[in-house]
Amino acid sequence: MTTSNHQDGDVAGAAAPPRSSWPLFEVFLRSKRGLNHVHVGSLHAADAQMALHHARDLYTRRNEGVSIWVVKAADITASSPDEKDPFFAPSGDKVYRHPTFYEIPDSIPHI
Amino acid sequence: MAGPSIEADPSGADAAAPPQGELERHFEETIARDRRIEPRDWMPDAYRKTMIRQIAQHAHSEIIGMQPEGNWVTRAPSLRRKAILLAKVQDEAGHGLYLYSAAETLGADREDLTTRLITGAQKYSSIFNYPTLTFADVGVIGWLVDGAAICNQVPLCRSSYGPYARAMIRICKEESFHQRQGYELLLTMMAGTSAQREMVQDATNRWWWPSLMMFGPPDAQSPNTEQSMRWRIKRHTNDDLRQRFVDMTVPQAEALGVTLPDPQLRWNDARGHYDFGAVDWAEFKRVISGNGPCNAQRIAHRQAAHEGGAWVREAAAAHAAKRAARSSEAA
Repeated sequence: MTTSNHQDGDVAGAAAPPRSSWPLFEVFLRSKRGLNHVHVGSLHAADAQMALHHARDLYTRRNEGVSIWVVKAADITASSPDEKDPFFAPSGDKVYRHPTFYEIPDSIPHI
Repeated sequence: MAGPSIEADPSGADAAAPPQGELERHFEETIARDRRIEPRDWMPDAYRKTMIRQIAQHAHSEIIGMQPEGNWVTRAPSLRRKAILLAKVQDEAGHGLYLYSAAETLGADREDLTTRLITGAQKYSSIFNYPTLTFADVGVIGWLVDGAAICNQVPLCRSSYGPYARAMIRICKEESFHQRQGYELLLTMMAGTSAQREMVQDATNRWWWPSLMMFGPPDAQSPNTEQSMRWRIKRHTNDDLRQRFVDMTVPQAEALGVTLPDPQLRWNDARGHYDFGAVDWAEFKRVISGNGPCNAQRIAHRQAAHEGGAWVREAAAAHAAKRAARSSEAA
């Protein structure tokens, strides 16, 4: 099993904890133009619009962002956590994908 | 219905998960190499429980910590001080929310955490159970209480639990403003009238010892320290941090022109540290177990705010549901 929706993480048989009525949103910020959005945390909101406003108030009080994404935590599918997982194995043995795999004489310039 | 944070995976393991011994070894190795534990990693139940408790108590402290200073927002002596104080109190709310968010990556539930705070099932820092009697208290809280918090929190930026460490980095950046605004406020008051200088000295007298208590009981009475240091969720002992705080603060007090209320406080050349008097741990126990000057008031206020806000939460949820229904009709 290499991927799992996090909701599968709810342990079968364990009593479900009480849930607040506002769903959880994960927040991603672009700190300035030219950079990717980066995950910064999560918050609860009634809907996506409210999540955006809350994200602005919570995560950009000091101009930390020029753009915000919010997405319901329940809508994210994630790979399993262990980095040794076979999910990532296909790239593990392909050293020829890296430039250092190739031996070029020192005398060759600009390569 | 709110799911757990995307980062959370309370089961901790897939169907095809390796046996417990191997998981445990991998966990120990990750910590030994000073790498971070991330939410969906396998972790011992005791680690998860300890982290949830530590993060929740920290979050509750930030939330309750809004009250002592919030007390002075409407009575700040100038618009400048009022704007600063508002920003600071808003930061404390933000810190609480970063931390609740980190706790949720461990499978904790927000609503449940709030209930535990209100019912007293989980604690918060004893310091917030003392009253703020004058505006000088606002300055002294920034200087001493936030100063002590910084001492405690800077090492936590390297906590082995990733989301907590990341929240602490964010928080520490903001705490620096808190401490500096407090000290600047006190410098201003010390340059004022003798009555203002007396207020600063009085506030210092009242907050000094409770600030030293913020580092927790002495090492000999702190049974969890060893395990926490092994897990790297605590990097220094309570007594080490307390000493560091005293050493940092004495020169600041001298520059300010106030006396710290401890006749035994003096430089020890041999140790290379300041010696200081014994903390009244009986008082600490009394306050942390619910009998400080403001415990009941703090919890009652938090509960009233939570209950008073219930209609807002319900209305927003109803509005969101209605909008969602309308847009699915239109589609």
